[in-house]
Amino acid sequence: MAANPRITEDQLEALKEEAARTGRVQSRGVEPAGIPSVKPASAASYHGNPVLKPPTWTWQVPLYFFVGGVAGVSSLIALAAHVAGNVRLVRVELWVGFIGALLSAPLLIADLGRPSRFLNMLRVFKPRSAMSLGAWTLSAFSSAVGLAFVCRELILAGFGNELFLIVEWLAEFLAAFTGLVLASYTSVLLGVSAIPVWSENRRLVPVVFLTGALGSAGAVLELCGFMIPATRFIGLAASTAEIGIAIMIEVRGRYVDRPLREGATGWLTRAGAILAGPVALLLRIFAGHNPAAGDLAAICFIAGALVARYAWVGAGRVSSRDPQALFRIQRS
Amino acid sequence: MTISAFLTDATLCIGCKACEVACKEWNQVPADGFNFTGNSYDNTNALGASTWRHVMFLEQPKRLGTQITGTEDPFRWQFLSDVCKHCEHSGCLEACPTGAIVRTELESVFIQSDVCNGCGYCVVSCPFGVVEKNHEVGTAFKCTFCYDRQRDGLMPACAKTCPTRSIQFGDINDLRSRAHMRVQELRERGYGDARVYDPQETSVGGTHAMFVILGEPENYNLPPAPEVPTVHLRSAWMAAAISALVVVLVVCLAFAL
Repeated sequence: MAANPRITEDQLEALKEEAARTGRVQSRGVEPAGIPSVKPASAASYHGNPVLKPPTWTWQVPLYFFVGGVAGVSSLIALAAHVAGNVRLVRVELWVGFIGALLSAPLLIADLGRPSRFLNMLRVFKPRSAMSLGAWTLSAFSSAVGLAFVCRELILAGFGNELFLIVEWLAEFLAAFTGLVLASYTSVLLGVSAIPVWSENRRLVPVVFLTGALGSAGAVLELCGFMIPATRFIGLAASTAEIGIAIMIEVRGRYVDRPLREGATGWLTRAGAILAGPVALLLRIFAGHNPAAGDLAAICFIAGALVARYAWVGAGRVSSRDPQALFRIQRS
Repeated sequence: MTISAFLTDATLCIGCKACEVACKEWNQVPADGFNFTGNSYDNTNALGASTWRHVMFLEQPKRLGTQITGTEDPFRWQFLSDVCKHCEHSGCLEACPTGAIVRTELESVFIQSDVCNGCGYCVVSCPFGVVEKNHEVGTAFKCTFCYDRQRDGLMPACAKTCPTRSIQFGDINDLRSRAHMRVQELRERGYGDARVYDPQETSVGGTHAMFVILGEPENYNLPPAPEVPTVHLRSAWMAAAISALVVVLVVCLAFAL
């Protein structure tokens, strides 16, 4: 509220005269500066208050979305590499998957309000709850990738026999499947919620998360020294998809997507898209045979995908505060 | 056993906040500070972990029924005591991965605080923004429908304390017909914008806390067409499955080329 100029002596005299003459004062009076005035409730929402509660998830959760996605897709690449006969690659990918699985559980537990009760997650199995399904998927994935990792290392150490190889194949297959579920359930977790920007993008978030996971898994492999045609192909495909997603968000221009286009979360979304999309793509195309450029492209993609996870969770927080985003969807 | 419910009537509420006080006293809900919002007489703002009944104060430039105001600017002051809706199909209950949130034999939705591990998924799954995490305790809280009192044959503390019977408690079918009769009566008396708020047509499938309100639900921050988020499970998983297949394809191609 703008500070009103002080009332003048003349105005005070006029007020006094009016009061004395008519017995009451008709003029609107003075609005004192700096106090909260009684505001009429806005026509649309209750005092502009949020309808929904913001997500409570802390910084560990978007990081887990990223780590879980990379670990999951790495297990798929491990299986594909095994089928293709690239055994050296299988070992690295099992390492990546195993380390990812080891990091995931602590990140999730740290976010809980009561970390000591993390085992309650496995108290019931509710496939209709993405959170429950995710907890079980992470358990299954960690077991499978751990088993495959141990078998592979034992075989390499010379303790292997036929049985170990069969178990490794089975575990790798299971890890690849649960890995894909691990990389995608986090997007369903957001899509199946009451938060407008997540719920209205329930078909897009899976594309975003799996693209990020695929490209990041390839990029991690490149940083581990595997600058091979396969990772280059994965990198090109993922970066192209990232550009498509970003264009879609910008062109659709929906009100509900405003947190993805405006404010801090909007710029975070754009920064992530630019790093993982055009920057990584151009580095690959125009400096493709320079290993340093390849490493840079990989780093850019990982940074972009990681930033995008934080941007999506942050956008949900912004979206939950806007009652109009909710009302518009429900009135249309 | 009859299924119990609340009917909260905005046209009878006088904004005394006895329900808020009674709820806090009986359930020993922590205080949430002395805040001054400037939003009429409402310094609580919303339902939350430490507010299970919340009295709203709406100042509207509208005429109240057939009231003669004597000025050119019509004005009405509306009050409504908000509460957890105890949905027929409940977002928080469907989301809860630990089984901490249950449907009781009274058909209310109840959070078992000793089971909840504070994952926060119910918070983003409630289409009414009711459930909230208490960050000191670490778990989620909301109205219990005075489960303990109801078990002993007592009515919920808020309903018992309400001095104008704005909060009525009883059999759900009784209250539902009473709500519609009340709206009809109000309309006949000139309250043209009186309506029942009880979203039965959406996937929420009706609530165990109905309201009689004047004007749009949005004015009371009540979502006009709330949906339980799990109705979107199929479309979200379908998109995930297709994306996952494309990822498999890209990886296969990468190694085949």
